[in-house]
Amino acid sequence: MATDGNMNMNELVTVKPAKAAPAEVESAAPVAPVLELEAVREQLAGAKGVQYWRSLEELSNKEGFDQMLEREFPRQASEWLDPVSRRGFLKLMSASLALAGLSACTKQPEEAIVPYVQQPEDLIPGKPLFFATARPTPFGAQPLLVKSQMYRPVKIEGNPDHAMSKGACDTYTQGSLLDLYDPDRMQAISKVGGTRTWGEFVGEMRDAAAAEKAKQGSGMRFLTETNISPTFADQMQGVLKLYPQAKWYQYDPVNRDNARAGSRMAFGQYVEAQYQLAAADVIVSLDADFLYPHFPGFLKLASDFATRRKPEENNPEMNRLYVVESQMSTTGSKADNRLPMRASDVEQFASALAAAVGAGGGGTVSNEAAKKFLDVVANDLKANRGKCVVIPGENQSPAVHALAASMNSALGAVGKTVVYTDTVETNSTEQGAGLKELVADMNAGKVSLLITLGGNPVFNAPADLSFEAAYTKVPLRAHVSTHMDETSRLSHWNVPSTHYLESWSDARAYDGTISIVQPLIEPLYNGHNPHEVLTIFSDSPGITPFETVQNYWKAQRKLSGAEFEAWWKRTLHDGFIANTAFAPKTVSAKSAAASTAQNNPAMEIVFRPDPTIFDGRFINNGWLQEIPKPVTKLTWDNAAIMSPVTAGKLGYEDQSVATITLGGRKVDAPIKMVPGHPDNSITVYLGYGRTHTGRVGSDTGFNAYKLRTLANSGYAVGATLERVAGKKWALAVTQHHHLVEQGKPKAGQSTTGDAAASRQIIRAATLEEFRKNPEFAVEGANEPVSKDITLYPNWTEDPTKTGAHQWGMAIDMNSCIGCNACVIACVAENNIAVVGKDQVLAGREMHWIRIDTYFESKGPADVANPRAYFQPVPCMQCENAPCEPVCPVGATVHSPEGLNDMVYNRCVGTRYCSNNCPYKVRRFNFLLYSDWDTQSYYPMRNPDVTVRSRGVMEKCTYCVQRINSAKIDAEKRLGKPDANGQPHDGKVHEEDHVQTACQQTCPTGAIVFGNVWDPNSRVSQIKKQSRNYALLAELNTRPRTTYIATVRNPNAELEETKQTETHG
Amino acid sequence: MAQFFPPSANAYARTSLVLLIVIGGALGLTGYELASSPWVTREGVRPEQPVPFSHQHHVSGLGIDCRYCHTTVENSSFANIPPTKTCMNCHSQIWTNAPLLEPVRASFRDNKSLVWTRVHDLPDFVYFSHEIHVNKGIGCKSCHGPIDEMPLTYQANSLQMEWCLDCHRNTGKNLRPREEVFNMTYKQPDRSHAVAFNGVQFFDQEKLGAEIQKVYHVKGTQELISCNTCHR
Repeated sequence: MATDGNMNMNELVTVKPAKAAPAEVESAAPVAPVLELEAVREQLAGAKGVQYWRSLEELSNKEGFDQMLEREFPRQASEWLDPVSRRGFLKLMSASLALAGLSACTKQPEEAIVPYVQQPEDLIPGKPLFFATARPTPFGAQPLLVKSQMYRPVKIEGNPDHAMSKGACDTYTQGSLLDLYDPDRMQAISKVGGTRTWGEFVGEMRDAAAAEKAKQGSGMRFLTETNISPTFADQMQGVLKLYPQAKWYQYDPVNRDNARAGSRMAFGQYVEAQYQLAAADVIVSLDADFLYPHFPGFLKLASDFATRRKPEENNPEMNRLYVVESQMSTTGSKADNRLPMRASDVEQFASALAAAVGAGGGGTVSNEAAKKFLDVVANDLKANRGKCVVIPGENQSPAVHALAASMNSALGAVGKTVVYTDTVETNSTEQGAGLKELVADMNAGKVSLLITLGGNPVFNAPADLSFEAAYTKVPLRAHVSTHMDETSRLSHWNVPSTHYLESWSDARAYDGTISIVQPLIEPLYNGHNPHEVLTIFSDSPGITPFETVQNYWKAQRKLSGAEFEAWWKRTLHDGFIANTAFAPKTVSAKSAAASTAQNNPAMEIVFRPDPTIFDGRFINNGWLQEIPKPVTKLTWDNAAIMSPVTAGKLGYEDQSVATITLGGRKVDAPIKMVPGHPDNSITVYLGYGRTHTGRVGSDTGFNAYKLRTLANSGYAVGATLERVAGKKWALAVTQHHHLVEQGKPKAGQSTTGDAAASRQIIRAATLEEFRKNPEFAVEGANEPVSKDITLYPNWTEDPTKTGAHQWGMAIDMNSCIGCNACVIACVAENNIAVVGKDQVLAGREMHWIRIDTYFESKGPADVANPRAYFQPVPCMQCENAPCEPVCPVGATVHSPEGLNDMVYNRCVGTRYCSNNCPYKVRRFNFLLYSDWDTQSYYPMRNPDVTVRSRGVMEKCTYCVQRINSAKIDAEKRLGKPDANGQPHDGKVHEEDHVQTACQQTCPTGAIVFGNVWDPNSRVSQIKKQSRNYALLAELNTRPRTTYIATVRNPNAELEETKQTETHG
Repeated sequence: MAQFFPPSANAYARTSLVLLIVIGGALGLTGYELASSPWVTREGVRPEQPVPFSHQHHVSGLGIDCRYCHTTVENSSFANIPPTKTCMNCHSQIWTNAPLLEPVRASFRDNKSLVWTRVHDLPDFVYFSHEIHVNKGIGCKSCHGPIDEMPLTYQANSLQMEWCLDCHRNTGKNLRPREEVFNMTYKQPDRSHAVAFNGVQFFDQEKLGAEIQKVYHVKGTQELISCNTCHR
């Protein structure tokens, strides 16, 4: 049985390249290196010491990879890929030559300037305003501070005053800005295809409601997404009072039914677990991917986790994370000890672990490696009573949640590392069961009017409910949504919904703190807010969402008119209502019963929310679609993710297509191998394969909801796979784009010191090694090259050429959790274009900061369970920048403050600079990627950054627009008294908080930017650490961006097992 | 084999070489002149505006300060074009029936913005900031010319990069005390006319400029001509 991760390599099977006809391979398919597992094994067996690799292909196909490594872009990036004939090509060339000549002679067009009639008082054109608001999600509100330029929201940041955010913001929220301006949003109210007015909609709904009134609303149903708005709940209660027989259901495909049921088992009621990871020395994750934004309370979990992973020379202490998981997640990648385990086996493991720590449960695990892991974890937990915590995965069965609660209680964690509180959801219900009831009612003809507020149940309801068939039986169906989706298509009335930046509401954050959701812009597409739709059925029709929200809070606060006004203003200003966080509840967990789950050796399929498009709601969002999903680095698609061993056994390779059958339901899916995935298990991401969506989301991925049933919403066992012969599914994977040269360890060297000596990109040590040798990251590195041995002008020491500040950055590899928030923050801040799947396949993605994932192995056995490292790579801003001297037109030059400037208007696109960049951080506009035509994108763009055109090189410049604006502010303070009453020196100081976009949004504070000439700045302090190292320092590029080496804290007992296996 | 080139070919060759240089040079010169001509730079061009607004009348005639209308010039990169409301502050009282001002009244009445044609229009990849120039002692006039004498507004300088760099390379020649920035009748010091700065009388722009550079911490040439100062 293959439940453990430390798989014996003898089971690895050689995959022979399929002889299938490549008929359906897309024209733009990359020259993907072929994966030979035998070669992987040989590579790893032959290697001595630690190896770091980016993908399995890298190990298997050395030659192909060296080629990729040597090139600035993958070969296909520079090739002519479009199917254009020679004749057509010549025609285009001559035309473009003529146009290129002429374009140099064009005059700038005359522009209009349009002032206000009455200018708002607080507006200074050219200076942004910031407004506090919140983004409601099924797991609680994300508190935000949104940057507005001339009242156009252009950038979303976290609210720095809010305890749940502290200025950080997650990946989805960063990306949600693009949704606001999406030109594919529904733009008009319609009834069965014909455009209608709001008045007509209200009229028909009123008539239907009046008919319902007689039967107390017994035919009336409301279906909403998970509600976290107190006002909406209050409104709904009001409506349900008027129509006592009417019913309200909530459904989200990614819901917390399992957690709820588990909580009921343990506590007899539904409580929310708030983990306090800052106090935890030992963390055990039972398939919980809590270091990714789809986990409830993510931002705080991630930031608390990272605060305990900063070992310093004089305080070499950190927490320890054990992860048992059914995929290779970001959490698993950060684990100190990780055990890949099929999702269906986790319950048994949890039960045995509970028994081992004296928290009920029972049973044992049969597998040797798992048993060893369990014993070690149990001992560590028992040794750290009150300082440890067990976190159950959202996908896991209610029993696992109950067992975790029971363990936390037995281990004295309650009140210390976990507190239980009221729920974020205003009316928590069993969503799956509720939906089932609704479907039954619809089928029985009991429902005459169904109002669906948000959500897309036709697409994402459990497959066994046949929601679609039941839905079409309802005589009057209205759907309020942002886009025309699968549900809209089958609804009579369709009402465009507002984006959260367009409407009033309120919402609770995961810690309970209530925020008012404040709009920043009038609805762009005639959207109507769910509050507004609900008023149609209330006894106070016609009141605006603003009045609804304000009236609710007036009633709640019971303040006098003026006092309320002051309170309201303060609340809107702060972005949250102070002191509304939940108080911890005193609950006691029952000792959990032993698990009755049986091992089932059949193939298992695990359903997870997608790391980029969540449950499918962001399908039409190019920013999110194009960020490479963590670990897999897959873009624009989902895939059946499996371990190389499983793929080998079944005879699949990457991009083969298989028909997955589960309970008689079938779907075709491409295969993607991921090292570290448990065997005999497939992970699929939900949300793709939409049939009715906008231009961006069409034809992406496959629909995993087709396999997901109500009873098996987390995972299901018993899937079978059948190869679709001769078919390939091109997957746009960025894993081996932008490869960076790295040294190999010398034979016989230990881990410590080895990495630096062999100029490794990744430098890591265990906590033990770090204690013994704090200098491990730099020890043995080449002596720094003398500053004189260079042909470059030594501008850093020439006082006439240096500015007042010298900018630098430090990236803490220990804190980076690979969540991609920085990538998308950078996209939003710097107007970075989306290129699309074909272009990503060609290696032309434009992200200025990329997160490289490296796997670590000491031997062949580690392929089944490698360690992973995340390395964000922006431009290094080299002091001796190799890109600069090769530019024939001086379009990339050094600034006196140490920035490697990129001057777009001067660039002629020779690409010499990217050819000469050892870090491969330069991006070239091979085509006109920026959308210059779509009107609705104009207001979204950052007006402080040029929108680039075709043929221009671009790259990170440490957000120079932010630096310049901070510098101007500082210069204007020159001579005026500063905080200490001294005349200001006109320079930017640490307290001015000049931040890059990636730094600002990072949930773990992994990126620190600042003035490296100020010895007291944070960045200088961090760079002083012994773990600070530069990438490819031996090239004497003197990069300003440096990295803080990783320190892990694995349990030595488990390490021994690994060693013996490796050498055994 | 017969001689292919007759002796005159030498002369032709030499002439064409010379002509090549002359024609090439002439083309280059024409191109350069064309690119820096007012036809391209719009220097001196008075575009048609919805209302023939006269800076001459309002500034030197009535003595209205620049900042009465261009409110944000000291606080933002953008100097702000006054909203219709600003016009109506006075024109609801005076010249209330002037036909010339009908577009202004219509704008206020119908709540529809006036659409002006931009006179000073830098390319989109140039990030110019009014606030820092004004705060470092660059007078309005240094860039906008004698705006107080313009019945119809025009661009007084080419606003080409060469022109910007001319000052960024030698800031001293245009600096003036901050108090004088909005003074349209300010004169640079010369032997017969002194300008006071920090209690000292200066009779020489070079010395005054150097002093202001020091006191206002005006950045050095290297920083001011660094690309990211204006482009990003």
